[in-house]
Amino acid sequence: MAEKYLLTRIETPGYGGSLREYTATGGYEALKLALAKKPEEVCGIVKDSGLRGRGGAGFPTGLKWTFMPPATDPRPRYLAVNADESEPGTCKDRVLMERDPHSVVEGVMIAAYAIRAKAAYIYIRGEYRASKAALDRAIAEARAAGLIGKPLASSGLGGEVTLQVYTHVGAGAYICGEETALMESLEGKRGHPRPKPPFPANFGLWGQPTTVNNIETVTNVPYILTRGPQWFMTMGTKASPGNFLCGISGHVNRPGVYEVPLGIKAKEIIDQIAGGVWKGRKLKALIPGGSSSGFLPAPIVETMVMDHDGTKAAGSMFGTGAMIVLDETTCVVRATKVLCQFYHHETCGQCSQCREGCAWLDQICTRIENGDGHASDVTALLALADGMRSKTICALSDAAAIPVQLAVQHFRAEFEQHIAERRCPFGNRKMEIHHDGLHDESHIHNTQSVHTDVLTLHGIQHGDRVVGAARRA
Amino acid sequence: MTLPLRKPSAAQPAAASDPRTYFSAATLAKFDAQVAQYPDPKAALIPILHYAQEEKGWISRETCEVIATYLKMPAIRVWEVMTFYPMFHQEPVGRHVAWVCRNISCDLRGADEIVATFYKKCGIEPGETTADGKLTLKLAECLGGCAAAPMMDVDGIYHENLTPESVERLLDGLK
Ligand SMILES: Cc1cc2nc3c(=O)[nH]c(=O)nc-3n(C[C@H](O)[C@H](O)[C@H](O)COP(=O)(O)O)c2cc1C
Ligand code: SF4
Ligand code: FES
Repeated sequence: MAEKYLLTRIETPGYGGSLREYTATGGYEALKLALAKKPEEVCGIVKDSGLRGRGGAGFPTGLKWTFMPPATDPRPRYLAVNADESEPGTCKDRVLMERDPHSVVEGVMIAAYAIRAKAAYIYIRGEYRASKAALDRAIAEARAAGLIGKPLASSGLGGEVTLQVYTHVGAGAYICGEETALMESLEGKRGHPRPKPPFPANFGLWGQPTTVNNIETVTNVPYILTRGPQWFMTMGTKASPGNFLCGISGHVNRPGVYEVPLGIKAKEIIDQIAGGVWKGRKLKALIPGGSSSGFLPAPIVETMVMDHDGTKAAGSMFGTGAMIVLDETTCVVRATKVLCQFYHHETCGQCSQCREGCAWLDQICTRIENGDGHASDVTALLALADGMRSKTICALSDAAAIPVQLAVQHFRAEFEQHIAERRCPFGNRKMEIHHDGLHDESHIHNTQSVHTDVLTLHGIQHGDRVVGAARRA
Repeated sequence: MTLPLRKPSAAQPAAASDPRTYFSAATLAKFDAQVAQYPDPKAALIPILHYAQEEKGWISRETCEVIATYLKMPAIRVWEVMTFYPMFHQEPVGRHVAWVCRNISCDLRGADEIVATFYKKCGIEPGETTADGKLTLKLAECLGGCAAAPMMDVDGIYHENLTPESVERLLDGLK
């Protein structure tokens, strides 16, 4: 078994994550090492390690830190730590925050020191109450122990900075995981992404230089400092070193969050670590890195390695490393529809390509799945998805289009069969409607689309509510 | 985008109440502590809305106005933010609120049966509240419990690896 570091403590029986337990196992040694160096040196070490962001884009972390203005710039700087974790399939940051919160806090402090931040804000999605409670407890413990709130000689202008670490909560909007939307939300506004440039390193929180990093990214940093960048590069691949937390869900025997080296074969994770596809069935498709990375068919998954280059070569992306497994009985059209409904619900509505595109993808996928598809619908899906790529303020539009593009690319026959047979060949639920009517934008961020089909499936009658049934008849 | 703005009520609301009388002292203390975290007090708005909802159960127009007074900002700004975030209830909800995840990992492992169990057991669909005001059901997007799907959040507590039977037991136990 490959070496582990992120989950070593958590997997030790009886580890409770308190300050005492954390320091007894080498905790906060890295912070001491970091504070004995200049912030630039800490950046250099992280750069040398080759660590790449674990929040989705895989950007080199050390390099990102060097984008912050030089030490002579007198403006206050901030670190925003992204604990929004809302990409469907992703459930890994939560494990670190809930079960080893001090490792997160130490990582946050070192990252903040490296960019000379005066405050770090950990933006936690509103539903993660347990994560927030654990982090708040850890921050209070660290403050009582004099680890937080001590003046640090890091301002660069010869002065001192007293670093503060705070938690902040969101309230259920996926878009707030996008770094500029996160900053808007942290400022107490709607989560509307900002056009870039200006980039956060120059104009971030309250218009000041800001770096945004994911929870898992910063949690790697203490280990890199104590054990060195050379050690870090012994794990993973040359272009993507280190381990990552792989949340695997869907149709496997042992879904869970596992620490594995980058560059591991996807098949090894599915078959050995997660105990194989459930119910003795065969693999049909895999979503390799969270919903936005789309669907890959079994033959491609067979040889794919899980790192940034491997997933890219397979036509997808590494994303958050959250693998979602679909067995051979799964309807890809239904799965695509579920994702389209998600993006439709989550688009912030600023860009017309995304706002209208997400609504139409949802509407068309839903009608194909319901057996109401038109002959031209597959072409329409592709045209729509194409019109949503690389044209908008943020990447949510791309994230919505990619699953549709990959689903049609690899499973086109399944879409066509739905349309030709005017039903779901997998015998899936017939009806699925939105309570507030088709193509009605008013439900964005307001009410949820509703599965009436669920009730029909279970033989439950509820009269005139089944609008779709009337329409079909 | 058409935003879900409610029509203003015919009677103009009285001048917003004083935050010091509208909210409990404990809630106000949380507001004050939150505001102290930021260079700009307005940044505390979303956490403050959460605290307000914990006390009042939902976010009314009046609550928005009082928060606006507290943060010295226009009420429309509070309203605008509140309506963007799905966790804020814009209408009264039941004593318990269940958010069932409908997203992909949960869907693959039977989220629809979980939703159906609520209908069979309590006669409510997503978005509805039982007649006795006990329980509101809402659908959630991925809640980060994917590796223990299907799952739901009831009153802020995650319940994972659900089956229709475990949901029935849980619903029976709700007071
Ligand atoms: C629509 C959208 C949602 C995102 N959601 C998250 C998220 O929940 N968590 C996260 O860490 N990054 C998320 N990201 C990526 C962030 O924008 C950003 O790249 C990341 O937090 C940077 O951290 P890293 O460099 O450490 O990966 C999202 C991006 C987009 C476009
Ligand atoms: S791409 Fe979509 S989510 Fe992103 S800013 Fe535009 S409308 Fe909003
Ligand atoms: S898909 Fe249901 S919790 Fe993630």
